Amino acid sequence: MPSEMILLLGVNHKKTPLAIREKLALSSGYDEPLQLLGEIEGIKEYYLLSTCNRVEVLVAVEEGADVQLALSRFLFGDALSPEEFQKYLYCYRDSEAVHHLFMVAASLDSMIVGESQILGQLKEAYRYSSDKKCTGPILNRLLHKSFSVAKRVRSETEIGSSAVSISYAAIELAKKIFGSIEKKRVLLIGAGEMAELAAEHLVGNGATDVVVCNRTLEHALDLAKRFNGSAVGLDELHEQLGRVDIIVSSTGAPGVILHKKDVKPIMRDRRNKPLFFIDIAVPRDLDPALNDLDNVYLYDIDDLSNVVELNKAERDKEAIKASRIVDEEALKFKDWLAGLGITPTIADLRKKGNQVVQLELERTLPRLSSLTDKERKSVEKMAHSIVSRLLHDPMIYLKSESCKDQSAIKVDMFRSVFDLEKKK
Amino acid sequence: MLSEVNYLLFNAVLLVNFVACAVYLVFFFSQKEHLRKIARIILLSSGVLQTLYILSRYLIAGYTPITSQHEAVTFFAWSVTWAYLSFHWRYSVKNFGTFVSILAMIMLVIAAFASRTFQPLAPALQSMWLPVHAGVSVMAYGFLALAFCGGLMYLLQERELKSKRFGFFYNRLPSLESLDQLNSHCLTTGFVFLTLGIITGSAWARQAWGTYWHWDPKETWSLITWFLYAAQIHQRLTYGWRGKRAAVMAIVGFCSVLFTLWGVTFLLGGVHSYAQ
Repeated sequence: MPSEMILLLGVNHKKTPLAIREKLALSSGYDEPLQLLGEIEGIKEYYLLSTCNRVEVLVAVEEGADVQLALSRFLFGDALSPEEFQKYLYCYRDSEAVHHLFMVAASLDSMIVGESQILGQLKEAYRYSSDKKCTGPILNRLLHKSFSVAKRVRSETEIGSSAVSISYAAIELAKKIFGSIEKKRVLLIGAGEMAELAAEHLVGNGATDVVVCNRTLEHALDLAKRFNGSAVGLDELHEQLGRVDIIVSSTGAPGVILHKKDVKPIMRDRRNKPLFFIDIAVPRDLDPALNDLDNVYLYDIDDLSNVVELNKAERDKEAIKASRIVDEEALKFKDWLAGLGITPTIADLRKKGNQVVQLELERTLPRLSSLTDKERKSVEKMAHSIVSRLLHDPMIYLKSESCKDQSAIKVDMFRSVFDLEKKK
Repeated sequence: MLSEVNYLLFNAVLLVNFVACAVYLVFFFSQKEHLRKIARIILLSSGVLQTLYILSRYLIAGYTPITSQHEAVTFFAWSVTWAYLSFHWRYSVKNFGTFVSILAMIMLVIAAFASRTFQPLAPALQSMWLPVHAGVSVMAYGFLALAFCGGLMYLLQERELKSKRFGFFYNRLPSLESLDQLNSHCLTTGFVFLTLGIITGSAWARQAWGTYWHWDPKETWSLITWFLYAAQIHQRLTYGWRGKRAAVMAIVGFCSVLFTLWGVTFLLGGVHSYAQ
């Protein structure tokens, strides 16, 4: 066995209610949390993923190091007591962790199975980690592998073809409220990527006017330009609510930005024409009580997932196919990981040496028909000793102390130099 | 001979309407598109049979058959069926037919239990105004019944959307917008007929009794119903009342219609009471 093990801890939409996830979401970006992670004793490589549906830490630690508690502290901070967070947290080791990561990358663990946003988020998170040199040979390999697994799943199954995402769910709902989205006006609060994606879908389905409302007007203008829309500042939000029909909110604001009491008078002004709010921000931007108002419909991410649940059955079949690919790739990775140990590498190298000798002898000996049995033995012996001599130094190097510290890197390189992968 | 045909016709109406209702229900559960077409054809046949039945009754009695309990309710079912069949909403409002066919079925079953005997027409009712007044009023009831069905569907769908559970009805019911439009259209049409019904009734009263209005219980309740709908239309036009409130009002208004039709007859009496 290698001297490292892989550990994955996290919370996601399946086990943890939105209210808890809100407290965990890292709104400050990756830099600071990554630094904090690095300070935990025993961790060799680490990587962090934070999306609106999940927060996950993936680490490679020294064999025997007990970092689980420290990691859960890192995730939950002071938000919850240890007994409480045990309920929400999942923790996978080694091959289970690999399997889970592949499932996430392939969008099989997503709220909306098959949506493609997650792969981009995964890549971005990886870029942060690798830029900061937080990842090493194991995680580099693991994450790169997860990207290729995701690609394989996408090309070999139909899972992504129904083009499902949060936005898709939002459109289904909008159609049940408005009948059709034609000529409906859209207001985006916050100019993030999620907002952009949602707007793209809505415009694609016939929505006409797009207004972008953002704290920094500059970003709003950039996004508005893409949809031939207009941009306004946050202070004009209430005024805009009188004119639009669909509102997508996705700001990084720490608290609620629109309350029930703000919207109530607006409904009178707009003669009770329905308002459809979609809150894709974590933490939430919109007061949940908005939904109590007549002709106001408010959905957050969890609610939208229930909509997509409806046509889940059709995709389940493809999901089974995709899981099989993930299983297969996880097994392959497990083999690679197992080979990373020094002892198996030495065994593999010996085996390879023997194979080379055997192959060459089989090729040469039949042509040397004049040799006596004794001479033949000597030739065989010589061939074996040449190979052993040649491999002696690399093996000593591998066993040396200098190698133990960074064994994973060196073993990995060693295996590539001697091409020990292919026979797996 | 004709009375036997008449008797058989009503049973045929019951049977055909029942089949239409059943096919609509199967369609509602299974959502197989071809069933909807079949159900509509059967409901159309039921509508034709109802028309024939009313005609045959007219031929036997020699006056517009709308004076007894049985006749009034049959006429009601007929107006609901044709109000539904004759308008284009049936295309845009998903699964509306299921609700309408159930309502028509309930009417027909009530009619089936009422006495079907022919009563000689009371002298006061022997007038040209009878078909005009009663016909217009029953047409109004037909449209108001459609608004009632729409209101019921609106409340069901709204509950699915607000509770965010997206269950059985979410898939099967149309969008809130189309239900609200249905409500608005049916109420407006129904209200026009209702107004005409009251005006013609008033003109008839002037001719028969010498006064336009003499606070007969049915007249009073018609007026209450009229005010309920008038208030609702007024609120929609001025304050933009719509959605849930409009749906609830359509249901309340229809309850008032039903009370005008039955409650008054059985509880309060008066000149409009059907021959017993």
